[in-house]
Amino acid sequence: MKRILQLLAVLVVLAAGATWLATGANRGWTKTSVAVKTLDPVTEIEGITYEKKFLPGVDFLGAAFGGAALLAGASLFFRKPKAN
Amino acid sequence: MKLTHIIPLLTLTTAVYAAPQTFDFKDPKGVNNAVFKLDAPLESINGSASGISGTVLFDPENPAATTGKIVVASESLTVPNPMQKEHLHGANWLDVAKYPEITFEAKSLANVKTEGNVTTADATGTFTLHGVSKELTVPVKLTYLKDKLSARVPNLKGDLLVIRANFVINREDFNIQKGQYEDKVSPTIDLSLSIAGASVTK
Repeated sequence: MKRILQLLAVLVVLAAGATWLATGANRGWTKTSVAVKTLDPVTEIEGITYEKKFLPGVDFLGAAFGGAALLAGASLFFRKPKAN
Repeated sequence: MKLTHIIPLLTLTTAVYAAPQTFDFKDPKGVNNAVFKLDAPLESINGSASGISGTVLFDPENPAATTGKIVVASESLTVPNPMQKEHLHGANWLDVAKYPEITFEAKSLANVKTEGNVTTADATGTFTLHGVSKELTVPVKLTYLKDKLSARVPNLKGDLLVIRANFVINREDFNIQKGQYEDKVSPTIDLSLSIAGASVTK
């Protein structure tokens, strides 16, 4: 059990880090939409619309690392399996 | 007086006494927007509002006489982070349920300069946000696009008026978390308005 929790903690950190990097390493807060600008050719006004897109930010990383720390911490409550 | 003399005279009289045109800023294309920016240590908060309406009286022969009112629906203010949006709309910040509109009512223009179809001026009027009204003077740029409405909205003939304005307000002046969270959210808000209104020819 101890080993499983530790592995899970590592997996959570790796998965969160990989997701964060793969989506552009957003160093701000997590976004669930992004602004898309389009130019109106007649008025030359830049219109702004929002597209749904998940961009994990530092809060996402923090939550993932916190979860991993909890898992790793929980693993300390289990004894190391005895070698036969 | 001959008829050939009367016609130009009538045309001139009509031009002199031409009434200002009413431009409606409810944009069927949804392009009109107001952008806001607040600096913050981690990441500046950038958002926009699209729920824009209002009317402006503009006379191309006399841009200095321009008056009007622009309304932004508070509910339409959007930021990409859902929690920030919830806070922004909530009772502690803009309280959009209680104050559903942000308005600017322009009463007069000063320092008016017109070159071709572009007029720049300082518009003075009443800006209302979060239930607080303050007299503000903001630099504006008006671009009059004669007969361009059909290029934008087929089947409609008329003119367009594009208004652009960039100015800064202090959130404390409008009782928005006065003296609070200044380490996290800037006390100043950069506003940028880009809107087009239509005057339909009958």
